[in-house]
Amino acid sequence: MQSLTQRAKPVDRSPMTWLEKIYLWNIFKGMLITFRHFFKKRATIQYPEQKRPFSPVFRGLHILNRDEQGRENCTACGLCAVACPAEAITMEAAERLPGEEHLYREEKYAARYEINMLRCIFCGLCEEACPKDAIYLSETFAPANYSRKSFIYGKPDLLIPDPVKHPEEYAKAKGELDKKKSKP
Amino acid sequence: MNLLALDGAFVLEKLILIAVVISISLVVAMYATYVERKFAGFIQDRHGPNRAGPFGLLQPLADGLKLFFKEEIIPNNSNKLLFVLGPCLAMLTAMMTSAIIPWGGTVELFGQQVSLQIADINIGILYVFGVVSMGVYGMMIGGWASNNKFSLMAALRGASQAISYELAMGLSLIALLMLTGSLSLKTITEQQVTGLWNIVYQPVGFLIFFVCALAECNRAPFDLPEAESELNMGYHQEYSSMKLGFFLFAEYINMFISCAIIATLFFGGYDIPFVDESTWSGGAAAIGGVLALMTKTFILILVFMWIRWTLPRFRYDQLMNLGWKGLIPLALLNMVATGAVILLTMKQA
Repeated sequence: MQSLTQRAKPVDRSPMTWLEKIYLWNIFKGMLITFRHFFKKRATIQYPEQKRPFSPVFRGLHILNRDEQGRENCTACGLCAVACPAEAITMEAAERLPGEEHLYREEKYAARYEINMLRCIFCGLCEEACPKDAIYLSETFAPANYSRKSFIYGKPDLLIPDPVKHPEEYAKAKGELDKKKSKP
Repeated sequence: MNLLALDGAFVLEKLILIAVVISISLVVAMYATYVERKFAGFIQDRHGPNRAGPFGLLQPLADGLKLFFKEEIIPNNSNKLLFVLGPCLAMLTAMMTSAIIPWGGTVELFGQQVSLQIADINIGILYVFGVVSMGVYGMMIGGWASNNKFSLMAALRGASQAISYELAMGLSLIALLMLTGSLSLKTITEQQVTGLWNIVYQPVGFLIFFVCALAECNRAPFDLPEAESELNMGYHQEYSSMKLGFFLFAEYINMFISCAIIATLFFGGYDIPFVDESTWSGGAAAIGGVLALMTKTFILILVFMWIRWTLPRFRYDQLMNLGWKGLIPLALLNMVATGAVILLTMKQA
């Protein structure tokens, strides 16, 4: 039979030599190998202090975006819910009332916006489907929790911090988003 | 030895010495677990424990505390008395061997010559063998009383392994005893302080003794009684809480003591190499001697660990082959060769 690669090596089944039979020399060689590992670079990343850099295409927890004046982008069009293959997104639309222009960018907004993080497969199709730049997948990943209920994230969990009231937190979240946007 | 010459000071001195030796053994055993985990980490390109305290130095305390607070479980169908006796016996025998190791020379304290050895008995090595062969009872009783087939199998393995390797161990020592002419560890050490270390005369004997010590301590590559992958921890599978801790602890104490014995028998005991300490004052020489013995012991412990994290476990038949067909004939040969050499040199003299 023709071999697929040139890498296959035949197994050496010749009887052991005397040196191999007394093991000692080979044990010594093995100990030298482990001794060399003593001085090698550790592969560990000391987690809470050090973090592994994410890949530029990493898809973590969702963020509901705001514009520069702190108004929610989402218009509750439902395209993300339609795009979602795991059917993790639910929303309820509501009409913007007079006097709420500083809260919502357009006439319609999501009164309720829920993502079930246990159903979500973090595919990012909602992000692709959104016409209003309203939903993004951030670089935080799902934290542990005690109950299933707490994995249904509502608007308070998802909304990005207000750029007017909390500029620092907003900038932190936004910085990651800008990086994401600028990627090819 | 005149037993009637016991006085209060003597008893007190020995009691203090026993307390000190036992607490040192416990602390060393405790930190041996830490060193072992660090060592394993370094060999496997990891850090080892580094969270509890600086460099993870409090890890053994945390482990010990955890063991104390774990639920104490005695299985329903076990033999309750023997189940408790097992770890106690393991711990007891592990401690008992430390009695005859000469930790150092003599110090003068409060106008009395205090020997840093709990008991200088003239059958020292025989005593070690007696206690070591009793050590396997802890494992056997524990494994049998658990009423668990894995534990029983581990106990069987442990017992047969101990018996096979004790033979080779004893035979390898006979050659050494032919040279020293004494069973007392004190005498053997003092011979090495003035002369050469025994490893020079008995390299093969050392090798056999070392391999057998690995097997007696149930250290890898001879850790068949607790083979995690085949017997799920073996004889201490049913144990929890501090009873498990006793088994694990006894193992580390055994390792410490056997390393100390190897250092005493083959590496000059409390002899400081390349230094003539006989000119020093008594106290300094004794402290230096203790430090020297401890250093040698620690180096040997590190070698034990190094071997553990390098070699995979032997298969059971390989273990028996090595013991009966490899080490015992080699030890016999070594014995005959040593005898022949002694005979020839004596004739010349």
